[in-house]
This record gives sequence, C-alpha cells and structure tokens, in this order.
Amino acid sequence: MDSEELTEQETALYDRQIRVWGVDAQRRLSKSHILVSGMKGTVVEFCKNIVLAGVGSLTLIDDTPVNKEAVSANFLIPLDENEFGGKSLAQACRDALKEFNPMVGVSVEKGDLSSFEGDFFDKFSAVVVSGCSLATKKLINEKCRKRLKQIAFYTVDCKNSCGEIFVDLQSYTYTQKKLDETIECQLQYSSFEEAVSVPWKALPRKVSKLYFALRVLEKFEEVEGRKPGDVSIEDLPSALKLKKEICDGQSFNEVNVPDSLLERLLQGNKEHPPVCAIIGGILGQEVIKAISGKGDPLKNFFFFDAVDGKGVIEDISAPNSGA
Amino acid sequence: MASDQKLDPIKNAKVLMVGAGGIGCELLKTLALSGFTDIHIIDMDTIEVSNLNRQFLFRQSHVGQSKAKVARDAVLRFRPHINITPYHANVKDPEFNVDFFKQFNVVLNGLDNLDARRHVNRLCLAADVPLVESGTTGFLGQVTVHIKGQTECYECQPKPAPKTYPVCTITNTPSKFVHCIVWAKDLLFAKLFGDKNQDNDLNVRSSDSANSSESAKDVFERRKDEDIEQYGPRIYDHVFGYNIEVALGNEETWKSRNRPKPIYSRDILPDKLFHQNGNLNKDGETDDTSSVSAMPCLGLKNPQDIWSLVENSRVFLESLKLFFTKRAKDVGNLIFDKDDQLAVEFVTAAANIRASSFGIPMHSLFEAKGIAGNIVHAVATTNAIIAGLIVIEAIKVLRNERNKLRMTYCLEHPSRKMILMPVEPFEPNKSCYVCSETPLSLEINTSRSKLRDFVEKIVKNKLGMNFPLIMHGSALLYEVGDDLEEDMVANYAANLEKVLAELPSPVTGGTMLTVEDLQQEFTCSINIKHREEFDEEKEPDGMVLSGWIQARTTENGERSAVTNGESTSKSSNTAVLEEESDDIEIISTEVSVIPSGTKRKLAEISVNNSVNSPSAGDLVSKKSLEHGDGNNSVVMIDGEELEGSKKKRLH
Repeated sequence: MDSEELTEQETALYDRQIRVWGVDAQRRLSKSHILVSGMKGTVVEFCKNIVLAGVGSLTLIDDTPVNKEAVSANFLIPLDENEFGGKSLAQACRDALKEFNPMVGVSVEKGDLSSFEGDFFDKFSAVVVSGCSLATKKLINEKCRKRLKQIAFYTVDCKNSCGEIFVDLQSYTYTQKKLDETIECQLQYSSFEEAVSVPWKALPRKVSKLYFALRVLEKFEEVEGRKPGDVSIEDLPSALKLKKEICDGQSFNEVNVPDSLLERLLQGNKEHPPVCAIIGGILGQEVIKAISGKGDPLKNFFFFDAVDGKGVIEDISAPNSGA
Repeated sequence: MASDQKLDPIKNAKVLMVGAGGIGCELLKTLALSGFTDIHIIDMDTIEVSNLNRQFLFRQSHVGQSKAKVARDAVLRFRPHINITPYHANVKDPEFNVDFFKQFNVVLNGLDNLDARRHVNRLCLAADVPLVESGTTGFLGQVTVHIKGQTECYECQPKPAPKTYPVCTITNTPSKFVHCIVWAKDLLFAKLFGDKNQDNDLNVRSSDSANSSESAKDVFERRKDEDIEQYGPRIYDHVFGYNIEVALGNEETWKSRNRPKPIYSRDILPDKLFHQNGNLNKDGETDDTSSVSAMPCLGLKNPQDIWSLVENSRVFLESLKLFFTKRAKDVGNLIFDKDDQLAVEFVTAAANIRASSFGIPMHSLFEAKGIAGNIVHAVATTNAIIAGLIVIEAIKVLRNERNKLRMTYCLEHPSRKMILMPVEPFEPNKSCYVCSETPLSLEINTSRSKLRDFVEKIVKNKLGMNFPLIMHGSALLYEVGDDLEEDMVANYAANLEKVLAELPSPVTGGTMLTVEDLQQEFTCSINIKHREEFDEEKEPDGMVLSGWIQARTTENGERSAVTNGESTSKSSNTAVLEEESDDIEIISTEVSVIPSGTKRKLAEISVNNSVNSPSAGDLVSKKSLEHGDGNNSVVMIDGEELEGSKKKRLH
C-alpha cells in the first residue's frame, strides 16, 4: 500500500501539477518509461517537460557527435567546445536532464533506431521519434503496434517556423469527466502508414496545407535518397515537380499545396526555438495525457505555423482503421 | 543573408522581462536560444521547492536564492556570450521609473498578480514601450500585445473581481467548504495567532451574542496561568459548540437551512485520547520552527487523506498547542501563510470541524491548502508554449510587423480544431481610464468618509497607484514621496484624518479631483458625487467607483459582495479570499469575456468555446475565487505591507 502512495518529497515537488491532474495520474506518470530518438530542439523541449513532470524513466537515442550546429536550439548542452569531448548528443543531453529531476532515470541507448528488435520496445509506454525517414517512421510504428503491450507512438518534426506531431495510440480507452459524470471513451487510431495512405481527395477540404507540404518533402527525401532533413532551397524546383506528380497522381488540386509553403519549409533548415518550445510543449502534454489517461488526447495530427499562429488538430485516419 | 538581416532587430534589441518564475524561466531560455543578446530580468522572489517541477532553471540547491540571479547563471551556461542583467527587486520600486522603461525596445511580462501587471502596463504606456503580456493556469494560457494607441492596453478590459463573501455567510451560515476555510483562516486563525488590534468579525459576532461584551472579548485570550491542555479544548468548545448553540437560537436563520450541530471536544475525544494527544509529542525538540507539525505526532502521513472528525479534532488541539509551546514568539503577529505547515494543519482541521457541524463534506489537507492558499494549478508545458508565443510576438514587434500581431489563446479543448487560437488584437477602449484619460466617477459620503478612506480604498486598492498625489484644482491635498518637507508631511497626515467636506479645499458633490502617480506618470480625474447611504453588505467600502468597473455578480442567488480591483485587505464587512496566483490573472478575464459575445472577432469562437470547453467554464468559476495575492508573490495592496513581506522573504 505504502509504495502506491507518493512520497513526501514527490508531493512537495509535484504539488502544483498534482492540482492539475491528480494523484492517480502522477502515480501512473512515475511508472512510465519513455523512449525518444533524435535529440534536436523540439525533442529536447519535450524531454525537459516530461522529466519535470516526473515520468519513471527516459531513454535517449542519438549517436550524432555533439557539434556547434547541433546545439543551436539546444539548451541542455553547455556551449563550451572543450566540454563536447566526443560525446554523442544523447549522452550530453542525458547529463543535463538528470539534473532537472533526480527522481527520473535518464539513460542512453546506442545504435540505429531502425535496427532495434521488436521486444526492445516492450520496455516503453511511449515512443517518440524525430528527424527520421518516412521508412523509419513506418517501421517503428509497426514494431510498436505488433507488441502485445500498448505502446503510444509519436513522430514530431520542426521545419523553419512550422511543426508537426503525429499520434498513434492504437486502441485507446480513457475516462472523460463531464460535469459530475465520468464517461468511458474509446478512440481508434490509424498507423502512420495507414494515415498517410488516405487519398488526399478523400480528406475534408480545409485540412491544414502543412500536412500536404510535409508529405511532399518526406517523399522527396525518400525518392532522392536523402538523409532526413538534408534538403535546401536549391531543391525547390525538383520538390515542386514532385509535388505536381503526386497531386496529379491523386487527381488533387495543386492549389492546396502552395509553392510558397514548400519554399518556406525548404528555406530554413534551422529550427526556430520558439516553435520548438511550442511543439515540444504540446507533445509533452499529449504524452502526459496518454499515460495518465486523463484528458482528451489529440487525434491524430497537430500542426503549428508561426506565420499564421494557428495550432490545429487534424484527424487523418483510414476509414477502416482498427475495425 | 536575408535571414541574417532579419536577425538584426533581435540581436540589437534590449528587452525587459518582468518575472522569472514559471513563464519567466521558459521565456529566458527561449529568448536566449532565439538570438536575443541583451536581456534584463526583474523578480523579487526567491526559489521554493514547489517551483522546481516547472521552473527548470532552478535546482534543489538553489532554494532560497534570487530567481532572477539564478535564472541568469543557468542560461549563461548554454549561451555564455550574451548579456543578462538580473534585478532581485520589486518592479514597483521607484528605481524602475519611466526613464528606466524607456531604454527597452519591448517589455515581456511573466507576472503572477494583477497589481504588478497594472503597474507595468502604466509604465509601458508612459514610456511608450510595447508590452507583451501573458498568463497561464493549468493547461490554459494566453499572450497579448499592448502597444500604446494601436491596441488595447492591459487595463482596457475590466479585470475579474476577487471573490468576497458576505460576512454573515462566513460567520453564521456557511454552505460550502470554502466558507469554512475563510472562517478558519481569516477569522479564527487571525483571532488566535494574529494581530490582536485588528478588526475581526469573531469579536463582533461573539459580543453580539454574549451577555456582556466585556467577557466575550476575552474568550479567545489565554488566561493567566491557563494550562494549554485546558485552553485548546475551551476554544474548541467555544467556537464549535457554544457559538453554534447561540446561532441556533435565532430560529429565523434556520427556517430554510439545515440546522448545524454543535460539537464539543469531550464528545469527540474521550479523556484518554486527550492524554495521548499530550504525550505523543515526539519531535518536540526541534529548533526549526518552520518544521513544527502536528501530523507526525498524530500518525497522520498522507496529506491527500481526508481525516475523520476525531482526527481533525486532534489536529486542531495539537496544532494550537504547538503554536503556543513551540512558536510562542510568533503568536500575536502571524498572518496565514500557505507554506507554514502548522498554520495549514490548523486551518484544515478547524475548517473541517466547522464543515462537519454544518453538514458540508470535509476535505484533505492537500485540498484545503490549495483553497486557503489559493494555489493556482501550474504545469511546465503550458508555460513553455506560452513563452514560445511571447517570443514570436516580441519578434514581430521588433521587426515592426504591426499588422501581424496576434493575441493567442492556449486552450485545453479544441475550438474550431484549434488549441492555439490567434485573434487580432483589440483596439484601445475609448473609455479606458488608464490609456484614454476618461474621468471616473465616485459616489461617496463626503461628510463622513475621510481622505484616508479615499486614499486606501480607491487610490491604492482600486486605481493601483504606488506614489499618489491628489489635487483639487491647484490645491494639493495629499502626496507621497521621500523628499517632502516636514511641515508638508504633517499637513498631509492631518488631511488624511479629515472628512472630505472639511478639507482645506473642501471636496463635495460636483468636485473634480485629479489623482496622479508620479512614478507611473499616470493621471486620472475623478468626479465626486455625494451619496448619503451605502449598503453594508453590498458596498462594504462605503463608496462606489464607476466608469470602468464591471457589474456585480451573484452566485446561487446569494448576495455576494464583489469588489473590483484587489482585495480590500482589512475591510471589516467582508472576508476576502486571497490567492497566490502563479502567472495567472489575465486569462480568467479573457476567457470570461469570450462568451459574452460582445467582441466582434470573437463572436464565432465564443459559441464553440462555451460548448466544447468545459474547462473554460470551470476556469471562470474557479478563478472567481482567486484573487488578490498571496504570501508567495510580489505585491500586497499597500506599500507598507509590501515592504514588510519583502523584508521577511529576504532573510
């Protein structure tokens, strides 16, 4: 019984947030294990948020050696080149994250995300991937889906002043409080592959244009054999050509994928720190919701564009998903 | 190249951040990452344990240190070559005058109370510096931009009033747990452990009901040589037993209400429990008064548990005893502080016993502490999002992209698919007394109210002035400042005690007064209207200011006295629930403004919002409880209290 209760230390530290989501949610958080891959600005923001919130443990994957460019939107790594000392991004981030909350275990896993076996993911309650290829997103999502245990899967990416989150909670049950009643709700999610396979023409007319633009770029990286994010404004003509092909192939009006938006996405390869903070904040809330079973989780895409300032939720699901 | 040029206005900007707390930590980090190089931060607070779950620049080892300074050091670790100038000070200090504000290109607020927000708003207006204002509570938040002459100022919209309760509800007919908390905190706790010279409605009521007022006044006083083991139960029996019996005598009151049940200690605690109570005091040897607690001696561990009536009674007696034995030097000058464990225990127990008497469900210490301390819910994620939005707006301000400015709401439930919802900033309110110099009008009894009442209740509380100067035509009636001549000081002191109509330059119906704050460089005119009578419950100040203030609200058909502006700290007719608000204030106004549908650009949103967003509704009702300011945050209503609380915190 006693181990079920929060310690005095936890109660004092988490006082303000327990007042938001309650003791039960806090308890569930402290038993959760999160995996993240790709330690760029948005993921760093996300990690800060969930470590502060008090998850049980956090595992980081990113073997990229620390360099000046990698820390441009990263507040975890002291900007002292001597200190980089050949560490990987994940290792450098771990050291700082540990300090944020001594009650959270932070560790590093080495290796290529796509090479991990399915049972590796069994340890985790939620998996967040960032800065990876279309193929890897699909692959990891499928690996999570194949496990007996429910593993929440997220992708997150920031390009210039825009950001996207994808959520797959598979078959998700949670309770919703409406006035004095508690209602049990169930949501069926599509996998990333199922979602992006929905014909564009079948989508509602007002779907965020970012959705289409980001799919074009994803596809572009794939057909050109680029590393994730390894594109620039020089690629605009070929990207526009690919856009036309895709739209034609789907009999989809090109106007919905504005050239100017693609241009903007290709222009700034650097993450925009305020956008990282916003996307990392929204993602943090989502993971907390999913783990604690409190609050309506978003289904299944979120888009933010600093230019119009809107943070929009879109449901892009296969019609037969999970049936 | 193009992007480098665009960065310039950011690199060259000098920005002022007010507040280094929940929003402030996130904001400072995001500013530094975004390329800002000259950042000044003002925050008078020091770091506390309950900050650490979201104010990520702080560690356990920093507890007790200046937020502004520690935040600076933490950010310099990952951005060593930028300039961050911290001020461990109150933004209302005179050094932060209009000239100080003028050096900045933009001011960013991450504040936690209305009073400081208003102060900064006025300085920004006077210095003509754009202000980006923000607030969060739980998953809700918002960011607004205020630019003089172009958008509304922070005070163009009325702010929600602090919730106050009619005294008779608190003293005689509580119907909600919060009423019991207010009674336990503002009346009983204040009576037993606070300043004996302060007005207290427990006095009034007990002398009303007792045979002789003389003896009633002494009831709460510990008699000479009275054993603490006797004193506690005597107080217990008086407030939970005798006073209830007396109240029951008034049949009229209980015609439409459930009759309360008197509770006496001997019925709840048999003799041997009393003894146990006295002997179990194990950790009595500690010297650290802040750690004195009744819970461990009684075997109570979990603050989330709801104690039984017996347990509450034991906590009541034990905590009362500990105050008189372990913290005797504090007794007589205590003010309720949510971080004072023993005070929270006492108030929880007292409120629960009273609740039990009135058939109101009891609450855990955790919940009671939240209500008594008006603790605002706070999470890191919302603060991070809001800080990101502040920086986005600040950059637009610096790039002079005025038509792109937005005010943004962060919602818990989507409205029109959005959880981050931008709207165009509003135009200045033409009748705003702050940014448009529209005169106010004040109904007051000019032959009964003293200048002091006017200064305290209107000029300081309602108008939020710090260094006021009051003029009638060219005659100076009152002034505050360090460099005044002695005879002037004496003159003003004498004026304070005079009723308005008998001032050297008499103030009567039809008089136009000019009130000015030299620090804020803010002036407003007040039309005086003489009025003979005021309703004690509804208009406890004995004066009514209008021209900008919102309508009174009622709750459950009860008549509730609602004040505008801040809590009337020592009003003898209303008990005010004060709050510690973490970064919030403004949100409640705006969320409650949305459904009113008066704003054109929000009309569509308002419908969705009120339907899909129960949280917004919750918020409004919750926030209506929360106002004023607590022990933790920057501002008390008048300068003296402010000084006092500041000094206490610094040592």
